[in-house]
Amino acid sequence: MSVDEKTVRRIAHLARIAVTDAEVPHLQGELNAILAFVEQLNEVNVDGVEPMTSVTPMVMKKRQDGVTDGGDADKIVRNAPATEDNFFLVPKVVE
Amino acid sequence: MTELTHLTIAEARDGLKARTFSAAELTKAHIEAIEKARALNAYVLETPEKALAMAKASDEKLSRGEGGALEGIPLGIKDLFCTEGVVSTAGSKILGNFNPPYESTVTRNLWNDGAVMLGKLNMDEFAMGSSNETSAFGPVVSPWRREGSNVSAGASGAIEGTHLVPGGSSGGSAAAVAAHLCLGATATDTGGSIRQPAAFTGTVGIKPTYGRVSRWGTVAFASSLDQAGPITRTVRDSAIMLRSMASPDPKDTTCVDLPVPDFEAAISRGVKGLKIGIPKEYRIDGMSPEIEQLWHKGAEWLRAAGAEIVEVSLPHTKYALPAYYIVAPAEASSNLARYDGVRYGLRENGKDIVDLYEKTRAAGFGREVKRRIMIGTYVLSAGYYDAYYVRAQKLRTLIKRDFEEVYAQGVHAILTPATPSAAFGIGEKGSGDPVEMYLNDIFTVTVNMAGLPGIAVPAGLDAQGLPLGLQLIGRAFDEETLFAAGQVIEEAAGRIKLPQNWWA
Repeated sequence: MSVDEKTVRRIAHLARIAVTDAEVPHLQGELNAILAFVEQLNEVNVDGVEPMTSVTPMVMKKRQDGVTDGGDADKIVRNAPATEDNFFLVPKVVE
Repeated sequence: MTELTHLTIAEARDGLKARTFSAAELTKAHIEAIEKARALNAYVLETPEKALAMAKASDEKLSRGEGGALEGIPLGIKDLFCTEGVVSTAGSKILGNFNPPYESTVTRNLWNDGAVMLGKLNMDEFAMGSSNETSAFGPVVSPWRREGSNVSAGASGAIEGTHLVPGGSSGGSAAAVAAHLCLGATATDTGGSIRQPAAFTGTVGIKPTYGRVSRWGTVAFASSLDQAGPITRTVRDSAIMLRSMASPDPKDTTCVDLPVPDFEAAISRGVKGLKIGIPKEYRIDGMSPEIEQLWHKGAEWLRAAGAEIVEVSLPHTKYALPAYYIVAPAEASSNLARYDGVRYGLRENGKDIVDLYEKTRAAGFGREVKRRIMIGTYVLSAGYYDAYYVRAQKLRTLIKRDFEEVYAQGVHAILTPATPSAAFGIGEKGSGDPVEMYLNDIFTVTVNMAGLPGIAVPAGLDAQGLPLGLQLIGRAFDEETLFAAGQVIEEAAGRIKLPQNWWA
């Protein structure tokens, strides 16, 4: 399979990465090179093979459903580009 | 006395304990070496004041006969590990000013054992790369030069001539260890990012079993593949450092609740009676005769030390790299969705929220990272998920099964080359076709796909005088056998003579 320019733009939008018109042909070429490379996986018969979900067989660790941490609002917003009263600021989303 | 920066971790530990020198002296020697080596660009952030304060605290403990396993040992930290109050960038512009309010479990463990932080080490952006050329802070210069090469440090302190890459993504870690700018360094490995740079720089690097080391506080690339490990100058040093880095961790649900063995005790075990597998599928077309010879030599060294060498088959080997280039980008596209210009990191304002996301991510990510996020987005998108992602995960099951079948035949470890070639020059690979660069990981990536431990040990030099490494792959949670066999190779090959400091 290979991607056309329209698909490159659609993927970029899904990935939330702005691309310029000049970048699209390059990206298309690079993505198609990778897709051509992974094409060889189609040679393998994978009927009846379970897809891997966990590389190390282990039972998921669980803990008590209780509060173990928190109260760090100042620390959490410290690295944010724009905040007000411990809220993250973004452009207006709802009219 | 040997220069303090040329000691191994084991030697430095003994010297500190005997008070032959102080932790402050050892740290100062490294700070001076780092200042003179800025042209290599191995460190993205030097923390000399912090280092001296930590060394002072170590000296106080040592003078009372106290101190942890790494008391007073100066280390470099890959900039993928979040360090509290010290900027942690993951080699990316998008995290250029990120100052973590917490400490990663790995670095916390190291400081608890008394280690001293010299600074943060350069790396490929978000650990995506095999040459350290994708870093937002510029490439790292390998301390190695081809014989007769014109590379030198010019009058201005900049490097002149076409230099070699140190490998990646832990290129700063490998270069700093090889150039004696720290006694050991932390590194991470998603497809070969510890073992390939170790092989390129004549150093030792181990990727432990998935789950041996906590991933908490380490910037995520592909969560089902990422593991942290050390890069050091000897097998023994890797054993010492890994023991301190590893621990169970309630903050990482994929980190196992297993006691951490005394890895250093394992290095003197030898390989007598062990069965070592040689996988025929690793004999790839176009492999350099030097690598082939070295591989053969490695098998002979292990045989001479009492191991039984057997040919084994891992039939799905050739599919590991293509399957990796679906699984890893898919996980990366999900992990890197968090960099949105809202909660931390770079922000480029836009006319609405989506425009803000798109502009921020376009400005903050480099080319390789964007490419991988887009591939990952594509293979997870509606209509392609089964054809790509599910198929790759099925291949992963088959790759792991190959190893399980070999180990079920009584094989204890598998010997392979670490890389298909020695280090290459900057700009030589991957400029047209990204896959050319990806092929570097052909021997290492299978190990991540199967979650197994793998160690790269320097084993010789090529015709141009550049180091070549061998890889040993172990059973899950049996790093001890890798240290034992790695030590046999190190002793048989002799310690690699690291480059003189032509850059200073």
